[in-house]
Amino acid sequence: MPADLKYTKDHEWLKIEGGNVAVVGITEYAQDALGDLVYVELPSIGRSLKKGEDFAVVESVKTAAEVYSPVTGEVVAVNDDLPDNPEKIKESIEAGWIAKIKMTDPADMEGLMDKSSYAAFLKGLTG
Amino acid sequence: MSEVVKLNTQNTNPSAHDPVFEKYAAKIGATRALMQEEPLLFEKEQADAPGVDLPELERKKPRTGLAIRDNIGLPQIKEPEVVRHFVRLSQQNYSIDTGFFPLGSCTMKHNPRLNEKLARLKGFAHLHPMQPTATTQGALGLMYRLQNYLADLSGLPAVCLTPAAGAHGELAGMMTIRRAHEAHGNTHKKLVLVPDSAHGTNPATAIMCGYQTKTISTKETGKLTLEAFKEALGDGHDVAAMMVTNPNTCGLFEPEIDKIVELLHKAGAYFYCDGANFNALVGKIRPGDFGVDVMHFNLHKTFSTPHGGGGPGSGPIGVCEALRPYMPVPEVVRDEDDTYRLSMDREDTSLGRLKGFQGQFGMHVRALTYMLSHGADGLKQVAEDAVLNANYILSQLKDDYHVPFAGPCMHECLLTDKFQKDAGVTTSDIAKTLIEFGIHPMTVYFPLVLQGTMLIEPTETETKESIDRFIAIMKMVAEKVRGGETDIFHDYPLSSPRRRLDEVTAARHPKLRWSAAKDQAAE
Repeated sequence: MPADLKYTKDHEWLKIEGGNVAVVGITEYAQDALGDLVYVELPSIGRSLKKGEDFAVVESVKTAAEVYSPVTGEVVAVNDDLPDNPEKIKESIEAGWIAKIKMTDPADMEGLMDKSSYAAFLKGLTG
Repeated sequence: MSEVVKLNTQNTNPSAHDPVFEKYAAKIGATRALMQEEPLLFEKEQADAPGVDLPELERKKPRTGLAIRDNIGLPQIKEPEVVRHFVRLSQQNYSIDTGFFPLGSCTMKHNPRLNEKLARLKGFAHLHPMQPTATTQGALGLMYRLQNYLADLSGLPAVCLTPAAGAHGELAGMMTIRRAHEAHGNTHKKLVLVPDSAHGTNPATAIMCGYQTKTISTKETGKLTLEAFKEALGDGHDVAAMMVTNPNTCGLFEPEIDKIVELLHKAGAYFYCDGANFNALVGKIRPGDFGVDVMHFNLHKTFSTPHGGGGPGSGPIGVCEALRPYMPVPEVVRDEDDTYRLSMDREDTSLGRLKGFQGQFGMHVRALTYMLSHGADGLKQVAEDAVLNANYILSQLKDDYHVPFAGPCMHECLLTDKFQKDAGVTTSDIAKTLIEFGIHPMTVYFPLVLQGTMLIEPTETETKESIDRFIAIMKMVAEKVRGGETDIFHDYPLSSPRRRLDEVTAARHPKLRWSAAKDQAAE
């Protein structure tokens, strides 16, 4: 769980790149809960997203889950590798990111959790 | 990945290093005792002539201009082998007639054979749906009676029998609501509220009807709380309806439902109740009394008509008086001279027909038979025994498995694998263990409100003996895991025709079409 990431209650991670681009993926906790992944559905580039809107689907043998955008903005890149190699989501942040979103409102970052508060949040969930 | 080696292997291989057996192994195949290894009809040895003698076709000029084919590749199998093929496949099937089937929220209960006897009466079985109604008065009278009994049991005065399954009933119900909103000019109402403990078909239905859905979280208590509802409702201006499964998929009755429905109605929205779990309430309370405006009945759950592949299903809906003008046609009515007819009277207000003819009439016969053979007191006991059996399981397993929401439960109980997961035994492993011991697994990984859920519904027709056997298997698993003996649970099932399937490869690289081995090799 790298220190420079931000986290959501829906188990997305977010990393800021070049000032205003948010790289988004799903956390290890979400990966474990889903089990073996079989498919990832990516958003189209150029799609505008509102904070909290679902923009991708990760499907496992157990279930399919939506991925919610932690910020408002526009999709500027997607990880084309994932639909054919969904297991890459689990490899690393560099290999497993889902989409890059150009943020329109930096205030969206407020309220996201840092590493230690996300760890505390997870502890509350698993009790 | 040692797992892969075990995947999808047949369980009937002879012992290793048996050169004599190996010599004959390909011809002998994998059939052992009553466990039949059955290939597809196309993979069986083909006869040199069709299994049925047909006269030589007189070749006429092709009407399409294309050449007439000599052969369309149908399997050439003789009758005895065709019969064996289907009997063998049927023997690999598992059903409620084979054993315990505690699939939560599906109500896999015994289908009394009296239902079948009456459905096979010539007067019912040989009816044609287009016969003049003067000749079908008995059948129409039966449907009229079923409509009235469903209305009595639900407290919803108008009943439409035609929907063909539970999800079809949901669609009929939500289309009725949409039709009513349209008639009242409420086109701004675009939102349907759905708790996360509802059946998955609920939000799917709302979206099919052109609505957006908003999820109400029930994670804290497994129940729908007034606070969470109020937050989702907001000012209620754009809310068209709420869809709730009650009792919900955590096996709990929603205790605040009356207060919630009061606010919902004040906002001008309707309350849809998924009737899939009506088995817990039938004869005890009426959904109309806790504010339901529309519900569907799964005749194949609550009223014991055949289920799943043995269907067809049947999902009538009941609606409140205010919605009667909008529900689908036809409705069976009794005229003043005591004759019955199929009424299309509401054609200008109704959303119209949703199903050809009169719905699944054979299921109407079975459901009414079930109601009459039980009587009002018997139906009440159905609900009582269903709830008792589920609570018996919960009480026996509550120390061995994590119970996320304290009991008592309704007709099904919810456990999770929390106590076993850290030792490496998951809900999936427990389900596979039940297969090894000849029991159909419970509903797994559903509801989604928690991880590793197991939803167990024994129904009222299961004997104490078979419930006790299930409890013993579950206790055995828990005790072995506590003692650190976990490896075996990753291997089960061992005795089934196939062992663990490679679900990941099946999902990532699905084979959607059969092709002959020689074609596969060429691919």
